Amino acid sequence: MVTLKTQIIGTWTLLKKELLRFWRVAFQTVAAPVITGILYLLIFSHVLDSRLEVYEGVPYSAFLIPGLIMMSLLQNAFSNSSSSLIQAKVMGNIVFLLLTPLSYLQLFFAFLAASIARGIFVGVCIYLIAIIYIDLPIEHPWFLFLFALLGGGLMGAFGIIAGVWCERFDQMAAFGNFVIMPLSMLSGVFYSIHSLPVAWQGISQLNPFFYMIDGFRFGFFGKSDVSPYFSLGVVALFFIVLSFITIRMLKSGFKLRN
Amino acid sequence: MKPAIVYRNVKKNYGTVKAVNGISLSIPQGEFFGLLGPNGAGKSTMINMLGGLANPSSGKISVMGRDVQKEYQEARHLVGIVPQELVFDPFFNVREMLRFQAGYFGKSRENDRWVDEVIDRLDLRDKANTNMRALSGGMKRRALIAQALVHRPPVIVLDEPTAGVDVELRQKLWSFIKELNKEGHTIVLTTHYLEEAEALCNSVAMLRLGKIVALDTTRNLLKKFSTKNLMLRLNFMAKKSLPQSVKNFSYVESDGAYIFQLKNITDIAEITEALKKSKIEIIDMQTLDTDLENVFLKLTGAK
Repeated sequence: MVTLKTQIIGTWTLLKKELLRFWRVAFQTVAAPVITGILYLLIFSHVLDSRLEVYEGVPYSAFLIPGLIMMSLLQNAFSNSSSSLIQAKVMGNIVFLLLTPLSYLQLFFAFLAASIARGIFVGVCIYLIAIIYIDLPIEHPWFLFLFALLGGGLMGAFGIIAGVWCERFDQMAAFGNFVIMPLSMLSGVFYSIHSLPVAWQGISQLNPFFYMIDGFRFGFFGKSDVSPYFSLGVVALFFIVLSFITIRMLKSGFKLRN
Repeated sequence: MKPAIVYRNVKKNYGTVKAVNGISLSIPQGEFFGLLGPNGAGKSTMINMLGGLANPSSGKISVMGRDVQKEYQEARHLVGIVPQELVFDPFFNVREMLRFQAGYFGKSRENDRWVDEVIDRLDLRDKANTNMRALSGGMKRRALIAQALVHRPPVIVLDEPTAGVDVELRQKLWSFIKELNKEGHTIVLTTHYLEEAEALCNSVAMLRLGKIVALDTTRNLLKKFSTKNLMLRLNFMAKKSLPQSVKNFSYVESDGAYIFQLKNITDIAEITEALKKSKIEIIDMQTLDTDLENVFLKLTGAK
């Protein structure tokens, strides 16, 4: 009755539904963050391009793009799983998932994969628009791929935790405004942490978003504030820890099966 | 043959509230079973634990021999639950939603024909491509029932399926559910419409404060609690001069209507004779049989 085939079909169905869910409202879930990213790029590059050169030989507008791509990728990966779960909980249709034989691991993989897909899709859109008028090298494509995958996964898992934990939309909004937004903005998207006072450099290095953005930027320019291998290790560690917490929450039925 | 559903000393506590307090129950396969009780009796909690929406505090529940916690994947394949609330996914239309639901159970595209059949049998064909948001309450209810059937479960549980549904749709739904029962599906339902439970269910369990207060076939239950009552509407004289021999019967009076509890059928003659002698005119007369509602009220203490 329960076979590997039925489990693959079950997981794929949930993934497909999650992908279709954000695609149905692509204007809000894809177009809006792409436009926001491009606006950041236009404004900051216009103001600062001639005044600032963070890395030698890299114009500020080019420096900015990887950070913006990664920031959008992370925020959208978080939004996908968190909004899907909170909506299903508030609307009550979460029961349709909970009544099925889908295991906690199947739920985890499907929500995570959909989050990564949306994050990467938004990131690719920003990249494709940006390279129309800004020259952007790719020095280490594997680093780009790994940081995009792990970053999207990390934030997808974090989104599941938030979606399971929150019971109301205002709690979810607080998560976005007081956790995700400050961590994104203070992560070195718009600057190198070497331009900060020493104390702030230390604080920045406690922010996991910093490593995701710095490592991702290394993939483009081959230059970074800290070693990309160290960043990769930090991001992988955070991903594993958050995945472990998420799986434990889903397995226990915390705030879902009571 | 394994029972369709077994509850073995099941308890569910929410803090200090004992929502389900030590219920043991076995429902045979092919049964049309009613779960009755006032609000807060524990009916929905029992169903939620069966479907994995809540975990029991203690005890065991199984569906066709499969433990709902240890073998939850197998158990959930065997049961289709129609939730009480009209919940829906606003992003999809009826057909998409049903196909997704079947997919969660590992059903491939080959199952689409069955999905279409369910759509037809529930008269949803015209609305199959309509977004769930745009459906009326009755249509949403049908879609919910369809959702519970897409993976062809042998056990179907309906939690208040006709709440807020008009009479016509209610009749349609019941004839559909009866058909499913005839095809061999075990049906468990909770309902506030006791006349429906009486007409449909072979057996019922009545719950009060998380405990079973009666569990039997509907026929036995009605027999066990059977009383015959005589309702008489009398003229104004009755208020002043009801004879003592009539007052000796157990009765209640409301707005000139007197309901006497009869011990045997000859009591009718005794009462009417005494009234005639006292020149009290009988305006209307009716005998009342016990129905499930009377049994329910007696056992659950509801008013």
